[in-house]
Amino acid sequence: MTASLRLRRFLLLLAAPVLALVISLVAVTLLLLAIGNSPGETFQTMLRTGTQPNAVVDIVNKGTFLYIAALAVAIGFKMNLFNIGVDGQYRLAALIAAGVGGAPGIPGFLRLPLILVAAVLVGAMWAGIAAVLKITRGVNEVLSTIMLNAIATAATAYLLQDGGLGVITGNSIGTRPVPESGWFPSLDPIARPLLGAFGLTPSPSKQVYGFLVVAVLLGIGFWVLVNRTRFGFDLRATGANPSAAVASGINVKRMILVSMLLSGAVAGLVGMPLLLESSGHNYSQNFPTGIGFTGIAVALLGRNSPIGIAFAALLWAYLDVTTAPLALFGISDKLSAIMQALILLAVVVAYEVVRRTTAASEQRRVARELGDDTAPAPTAGVEMSKASRAGMPTDKAESADRPGAADTGTRR
Amino acid sequence: MCPGHVAYRARRQLITASPSAAAQPTSAVELRGITKRFPGVIANSDVNLVVRRGEVHAIVGENGAGKSTLMKILYGMQKPDEGTITVNGREASFSSPSDAIDAGFGMVHQHFMLADNMTVLENVVLGAERLHGIGAKARARIREISAAYHLDVEPDELVEDLGVGDRQRVEILKVLYRGAKVLILDEPTAVLVPQEVDELFGNLRELKAEGLTVIFISHKLDEVRAVADTITVIRRGTTVTTVSPADVTARQLAELMVGSELPEPTLGAVTVTDIATLSVSGLTVAGIGRDLVHDVSLTIHSGEVVGLAGVEGNGQAELVEAIMGVRPATGTVQLAGVDISGWDTRRRRDAGIGYIPEDRHRHALLLESPLWENRMLGHQTQPPNSRGAFIDRAGARKDTVRIVEEYDVRTPGIEVSAASLSGGNQQKLIVGREMSNEPKVLIAAHPTRGVDVGAQAAIWEQLRQARAAGLATLLISADLDELIGMSDTLYVILRGRLVAQVDPATVTPEELGAAMTGAGEAA
Repeated sequence: MTASLRLRRFLLLLAAPVLALVISLVAVTLLLLAIGNSPGETFQTMLRTGTQPNAVVDIVNKGTFLYIAALAVAIGFKMNLFNIGVDGQYRLAALIAAGVGGAPGIPGFLRLPLILVAAVLVGAMWAGIAAVLKITRGVNEVLSTIMLNAIATAATAYLLQDGGLGVITGNSIGTRPVPESGWFPSLDPIARPLLGAFGLTPSPSKQVYGFLVVAVLLGIGFWVLVNRTRFGFDLRATGANPSAAVASGINVKRMILVSMLLSGAVAGLVGMPLLLESSGHNYSQNFPTGIGFTGIAVALLGRNSPIGIAFAALLWAYLDVTTAPLALFGISDKLSAIMQALILLAVVVAYEVVRRTTAASEQRRVARELGDDTAPAPTAGVEMSKASRAGMPTDKAESADRPGAADTGTRR
Repeated sequence: MCPGHVAYRARRQLITASPSAAAQPTSAVELRGITKRFPGVIANSDVNLVVRRGEVHAIVGENGAGKSTLMKILYGMQKPDEGTITVNGREASFSSPSDAIDAGFGMVHQHFMLADNMTVLENVVLGAERLHGIGAKARARIREISAAYHLDVEPDELVEDLGVGDRQRVEILKVLYRGAKVLILDEPTAVLVPQEVDELFGNLRELKAEGLTVIFISHKLDEVRAVADTITVIRRGTTVTTVSPADVTARQLAELMVGSELPEPTLGAVTVTDIATLSVSGLTVAGIGRDLVHDVSLTIHSGEVVGLAGVEGNGQAELVEAIMGVRPATGTVQLAGVDISGWDTRRRRDAGIGYIPEDRHRHALLLESPLWENRMLGHQTQPPNSRGAFIDRAGARKDTVRIVEEYDVRTPGIEVSAASLSGGNQQKLIVGREMSNEPKVLIAAHPTRGVDVGAQAAIWEQLRQARAAGLATLLISADLDELIGMSDTLYVILRGRLVAQVDPATVTPEELGAAMTGAGEAA
């Protein structure tokens, strides 16, 4: 039964997002009709955009950093820690990493490792503040990370001043560009021929982020850590039942600290493809914000599983990229946000429905299988046959082994 | 009310139900063919019950036999899938407790539903403000009811100053205040010591004398025989028989309940050695105001079961948590001569302290995880569950299969979630887990609570075998028979202190109960 049980679980797991997607598509269709747009035309435009070579590269690239952001959130989620601070963590990390990367006098071969280490450390440190507050003072991490986001915004503005890390070029301010020795190698040499095989030829400036490889490695690392290591077991146990975790000997405070640091470290990497593989190669006022919040949604959509998050990140990116040209047709580009929100809402409901269905069906299954086991028991007699019909096998199973179980005497 | 009765004293108004006594059927409540299904289980199947007006009707059954579901149906908290409920000869259908209250039902829950920081008056009128307001009228009414049934409740006292028995009387008063004519008491004696039980029974007889009907749910058979006029036995979701207490002995009743011969808690030959395995000395857990555990010293030898008797909430849970390193404490804990006071929980467990927590759902299981992951919980650092930093899934699975076989855990496999097992099977898995990895000490808090008789006998047998093999066990239980039968040494804990040591060979449950309340002591 093990294999079939796993298959059932997997199918049920899959059912939720598919269901959610369908529900939200129906809702968006109704919405479009309500505001007087043609759903057919809208969806056609989106599909058409989604197959254009440049858009495909955009989707993959956007998916890459969304994936990393969602992984950062998922690490905390696994033990019911809500790291809302990914946003502040990656922005501060990117700024300081950009400052390090743009600093003169660093040997070329050291530049990239130093940038990455700086990003990881800053991200971990910023998240670590929330962890320490929670452990020592019991401050809820949701509150502290939200506040740390605000502080990070102010801190980046302060650090980015002219004379700090910032340099004024034209009417914009940003860090000194990272020299080419610090750039992250693009995946273009591999990706371009691969896309070509599908008849897609993006323009030369559209290159697939080399950081895609890092994202994949992080995903594998996440999976191994959570599912195969003792630390991961402790993490999941703490998330599933904190009081049982304590009784089992897990040091919950230590788990909070370590998982927050890990979450922050991964968050620190979110901005790296944008810093090291986008035009400009610096942190400026125009550096994208809000990726941390999107990461929360993506992690939720992907059920905190590395594979689920990958699909979720790509879906999210797809919606973002393909709805962009809709403005040309007089349809608000907010359609993407509305669809994403609807999917998320539907998915949360669908997951809960599926979770309950799974639990109930498993209980029924266990009951049924135990019932089948005990039905032929020789001592069972009349009462047992009634018992099997009644479907209360767990207790019946015991009665079958006890002498005189069928001899109820005064039974009505 | 018929006009002729108006002259009756006020308290009669409480209990007179419908227009004319002559026209009333003799049964206050009748259940016919009640069936209630939940996913995976049928909690009640074809339940038939006739409760006569003005009697104390006991419903007895094992844990999990379906008593609670039946009560929830009667009180409108669950709707039956099949069957009819008849109240005073009229068919009734309750979709919420307020319907049941309107029909004259009142429920006294096992766990009190009182706000400690409010007065008795405030607790009673809460939610029933419309009846007599919240002031002098309500106070007078409470006094009136209290006097009528000798409940001895003072409306202006703070609930937090009251003892357990008093609080229960407040609960009873609460439902009487709302006009209940049928009182449902769910395991009312579970929280009481023997002396308080006697007082409660006095109150129940008083209620009965005034014409009220009491439905009394219990699994304590001597008590049931002492107070009930009629006893209905429920087993595995269905009513088995209805008897009169005069016609059955407690033992016959118990066998009706479980449908077979009863196991008895006994230990057999003495295996106690003089090797001190676990020594606790001067252990104190500070609380707000007074210490939750105060200066407790005890030694458990290899092959010995040390029992700890006490009314719940007298420091047992805190003592256990302190020994496990979950709760900060002062004093020393030694394991086989090594001071482990400074160790964290994991180190203590790895050193050989097994732990069966009192609340398995909160402290011992990951309900949504498969059985083999639950096998790992608490032992995730030990073989066969892990190798270095990685978990050993194959090893854990294989060992879970062994536990399932050796401890007779009824399950179709080890991949099902812990939540899908019955309580008894969950407990057997936990006992099996804690007995693995060769513990030196076992801290067993209520190891058979809420499990059926078969599982109870199996768990006792496992404890006996482990004791013979040299395990040092600390046994905490609310079941006094279990404590007396399964302990080599028995201490009584009261307000966080070990106040007495009794000889389990000679002590009776009544004597133990008296010691647990501190009777005869200047406390």
